[in-house]
Amino acid sequence: MTKHINKQILFRLLLVLLLSVLAVGLGYSVLSLPLEASGLSARVTENLDASGVSHPVTAVLLNFRAYDTLLEMAVLLLALLGVWSLGDMHEHRESAPGVVLDMLSRLLIPLFVLVAGYLLWIGANAPGGAFQAGSVLAAAGVLMLLTGWRPSVWFMGLPLRITLVFGLVAFVTAAVMVQLAGWRMLEFPLSVAGALILLIEAAATLSIGITLAALFLGSRPPTDQATGKRTGPGAKK
Amino acid sequence: MNIAFFYALTGVGLFTLGVYALIVYTHLLRKILAINVMGSGVFLVLVALAARTQNAPDPVPHAMVITGIVVAISATALALALMLRLRDASNHIELPDESVE
Repeated sequence: MTKHINKQILFRLLLVLLLSVLAVGLGYSVLSLPLEASGLSARVTENLDASGVSHPVTAVLLNFRAYDTLLEMAVLLLALLGVWSLGDMHEHRESAPGVVLDMLSRLLIPLFVLVAGYLLWIGANAPGGAFQAGSVLAAAGVLMLLTGWRPSVWFMGLPLRITLVFGLVAFVTAAVMVQLAGWRMLEFPLSVAGALILLIEAAATLSIGITLAALFLGSRPPTDQATGKRTGPGAKK
Repeated sequence: MNIAFFYALTGVGLFTLGVYALIVYTHLLRKILAINVMGSGVFLVLVALAARTQNAPDPVPHAMVITGIVVAISATALALALMLRLRDASNHIELPDESVE
């Protein structure tokens, strides 16, 4: 018995030693970086007027490096497809929420939606945008799912899938339309850049929010009448 | 020392702690959490090093981190779903620990 414990302690000591070497190496390389490096901020500031929005992070996300964001939307969708393809999980036991949680969630959900809309709108010239708004929307969805609410069965079929791909489809459509109009792919002409970015962000917010909430739900939701027992708002187990 | 480097070094520390937990713990949930801590460390390094400018911080790493956070959430969700599936299939949620056998 003591031999095994000794072996374990030895293993951990060796691990700590190796990881200290890793930490020192990483720390050294961080500290050896120049004290001041403006990176790409100067170039972003120079071109900010051409982006259609006035907040640099939103400009980078939706205009200068729109490819990243486009592919990131695809990754989100792929993760959900991965979860759905794992098949049905066995039903987890849920307890009915208390009266306070039930009432509070009903009061809070509209506030969540309001905050999400605000974050989406403010993203053009202050910190905010599609990801933040989508996360808030997802938080609202998770809260609703935790308090026992389930979307109605008709929404679980085609409408849910359309909402999930809406952001990606809007993004790709915008990119292709711009290309057909004579610009390069994902190059937004200044006259419509602001409107296009807001449109893409609105679609992305909805899709991100619903996708994250669907990820929280776990397995693919039942679509037929037979398995979808709990429907409608307030239906509890 | 510059405050940006202090945060970056904290990020390095978080990353290393995450690697330690990833290796030591056998419970899959702890491993997933450890990977998340590692990711947070990387995000912290990126955001901290973006602040080494005269005026406003470099927005490009910030945009990368925002994208990264959402990808990390979805990857975590997928990992958790895989973990639950594994538990359903095998009734095990921990990897065999050879160091204590």
